[in-house]
Amino acid sequence: MEEKKKVSMVTLFFSMLTISAFTFGGGFVIIGMMRKKFCDELQWVTDDEVLDMTAIAQSAPGALAVNSSVIFGYRIAGIKGALISALATVIPPIVILSIVAMCYTSFASNSYVKTALQVMRAGVGAIITDVILDLGKNIFSSKNVIHILLMFAAFIASWFFGVSSIALILVFLVLGLLRTLITRKENLA
Amino acid sequence: MIYWELFLIYLQIGAFSFGGGYAAMPLIQSLVVQQKGWLTMAEYADLTTIAEMTPGPIAVNSATFVGQKMAGLPGALVCTLGCVLPSLIIVLLLAWLYTKYREMTVVKNVLGQLRPAVVAMIAGAGLTIILFAFFGTSTLKDISFASIHWVEIGLYVASLILIRKFKWGPIQIIFSTALFGSLIYMFL
Repeated sequence: MEEKKKVSMVTLFFSMLTISAFTFGGGFVIIGMMRKKFCDELQWVTDDEVLDMTAIAQSAPGALAVNSSVIFGYRIAGIKGALISALATVIPPIVILSIVAMCYTSFASNSYVKTALQVMRAGVGAIITDVILDLGKNIFSSKNVIHILLMFAAFIASWFFGVSSIALILVFLVLGLLRTLITRKENLA
Repeated sequence: MIYWELFLIYLQIGAFSFGGGYAAMPLIQSLVVQQKGWLTMAEYADLTTIAEMTPGPIAVNSATFVGQKMAGLPGALVCTLGCVLPSLIIVLLLAWLYTKYREMTVVKNVLGQLRPAVVAMIAGAGLTIILFAFFGTSTLKDISFASIHWVEIGLYVASLILIRKFKWGPIQIIFSTALFGSLIYMFL
């Protein structure tokens, strides 16, 4: 197994806190941010683990951001890591919502807030593009034609036909099991 | 007792919302608005807007919003706990199984096969955000040349260069785009 850098609970907590506080745009963007932080920067998890954990987080009920922070935390530092990282993930929404709920009308109708949120999407889009380029490169450089085709099939199914993530994961799970069974039979024969 | 009721309702929202944020919305509507009457339809609409404008998952955001309204800060904490508890238990179990069995050949093969699908899903989410930034919509048939947001395209390209070539971090990028984009629009 690859050597991993030493883990600090304080770093884990504050990394999750900042990711949760500044990530607009939903669960998969959070995962992109976590990948940049914990895989690229701190090297606490590998690229494959990030993808495995995303699939697992997506197949459990609940918010993707919370689920992925629990599984990342567990993988990085066991149950204690999972609890710390879940706590760090929910603190920002609690604080921000408590404040915003109090002055909602002035917040939602403020044109500066609206503009800032709109232009911010350009930055978020660039961050996730960077993550997709890295992840896509890994799939292509594996030279596994089946995996490359599956990636495009999954993209078309989810983006153009609106197939839900859970349905996709279940279908791919069954496909994976079938392929394993078939190759095993061939090996035995 | 209101705390217990809040906890139980959010426990259900946490346990039965499969498939991310937008899956939680209908559940919140039927349990919190229709069944319990804790929010009016107008407040529910406000909540949807706020959840879109703030970071954090919709379910967790709504937990604070509803809990705060019904029982102050303790209410917010109780709702959030209820909402997160099912995730915590189920994901911990799955995480433990993953750590234990990930080296098994079958598990390895199946996970290997899942990875391209996960990349595709992340790419899909990314494309939706990019289209929103560039055209103000993510529905392909609504996209037209007239609706192109040139400022956002410029910010996107600049951000991508700063990330790939100059190793800028995500937080720096988010702050800079918000700041520079707002400034540009202010003077435009």
